[in-house]
Amino acid sequence: MKHRYSAAALARHALTGKPWPRAWRAAPPKTDYDVVIIGGGGHGLATAYYLAANHGIKRVAVLERSYIGSGNVGRNTTIVRSNYMMPGNTEFFEHSMKLWEGLSHELNFNVMLSQRGQCVLAHGPSQFDVLARRGNIMRLNGIEAELLERNEVKALLPYLDYSAESRFPIYGGLLQRRAGTARHDAVAWGYARAADDHGVDIIENCEVIGFERDQDRITGVRTTRGTIGAGRTLISVAGHSSQVAAMAGLRLPVESHLLQAFVTEAIKPLVDHVISFGAELFYLSQSDKGGLVFGGHIDGFNTYTQRGQFHKVQNVAECAVAVMPSISRLRLLRHWAGIQDMTPDGSPFMGRTPLANLWLNGGWCYQGFKATPAAGWCMAHTVAHGEEHPLVRHLALDRFRSGNGYDEYAHGNWTYKQ
Amino acid sequence: MLIIPCPHCGARDYTEFRYGGDASRPRPAHGTGTVNEWHDYVFVFDNPKGIHREYWQHVQGCRQWLVVERNTATNELSRAQLAREATRT
Repeated sequence: MKHRYSAAALARHALTGKPWPRAWRAAPPKTDYDVVIIGGGGHGLATAYYLAANHGIKRVAVLERSYIGSGNVGRNTTIVRSNYMMPGNTEFFEHSMKLWEGLSHELNFNVMLSQRGQCVLAHGPSQFDVLARRGNIMRLNGIEAELLERNEVKALLPYLDYSAESRFPIYGGLLQRRAGTARHDAVAWGYARAADDHGVDIIENCEVIGFERDQDRITGVRTTRGTIGAGRTLISVAGHSSQVAAMAGLRLPVESHLLQAFVTEAIKPLVDHVISFGAELFYLSQSDKGGLVFGGHIDGFNTYTQRGQFHKVQNVAECAVAVMPSISRLRLLRHWAGIQDMTPDGSPFMGRTPLANLWLNGGWCYQGFKATPAAGWCMAHTVAHGEEHPLVRHLALDRFRSGNGYDEYAHGNWTYKQ
Repeated sequence: MLIIPCPHCGARDYTEFRYGGDASRPRPAHGTGTVNEWHDYVFVFDNPKGIHREYWQHVQGCRQWLVVERNTATNELSRAQLAREATRT
């Protein structure tokens, strides 16, 4: 790496006062590439990095409609974990967790991984049994998990509501100590910088407006900055997968839904874990700046507006106060929304499309951020070899046709269909 | 805030309604259609960024199913009619 970040480099720059060099070049588009990746989010950048680093494919372009970090990679609640239960997901997300653990060194960029532990709460014996089963499956796969009874949760998270008045009394919990948070912007910047260092062209403000094709073979993309030839093309656009696929004449099992996130005013360090409420889809953590970060359910109808509806603000606030009444006087500082692909079974699509040389990574529902390293790793392998990586073979685009929907939570994922 | 003009009840907040999804796709008749046609009907979506015809049920009002036209890029509603009176386009 030309300009390695280190304590010595920091001291040198502090003493000389020289500006830091750009983290990645403002590359102009070339006429053609071996691989063109549509979408400069976390997944697209990670795919570009692993294509270069793992497979030696360096004539790669990442096309970003806006600027790096403007999409969902900068809009999520930064949680990383690998407490999944279904065969396929368990191994995939654990591979991601292991990549997270080495990522700062791999990229020479501090992604601020904080393995503070994530605790899923159970509010009754049957839910506790389900968590026990999930924990057992994790442990059989070599992933640590601890089942906590009520008094153990209380010792770990004493600030939650254990009173007799609690609307959803805490019965127990499942703790993954290696889970936690990572700085989402740093993930995008770190992958972009490391990919650029391998020669990948990161082309910002470059929107794809169509595909070049030779019958059923995609040969390039038309963009707002000209036509670019591509040996292989990957759609990796989170939230707008349907829009980009439609340019190639494809219709996907995807609807675009809006998910909100929230930050309160900053308080002193209090919540030193990631906590998932068990009575509703709600989770909270505390950022390094002190704000409590909340996440909840999708708004419930397909939209591209990136503006949340108020009743979800109310719903999330109710959940927060139900599990942690002591924060009822805190003010929400900000809330924002991201557009995500929702799929019929709540699982993503990774792999081939009906068109030759066109590959798809999309449909990530709620779980795109934590998957970033493994999604990049597996998608790079898939595009490089022209064959799906073993860890993502359960995520085929045509799985519903063969009756192989892959539903981790057994209830689909669309509020309005539950 | 999304306000839906219910033909019976007037302009009401969308939280009184249950969303029912895409209303533009005709359901294949019972006993007809190939697996591919049913697959496309159940699982595949146009997911437009623009005008979307969709079902809403006024569960906390007249309980009627409506067909609403909404722009998914702005959430602007252009039309709401009773589903049984709506013509398929």
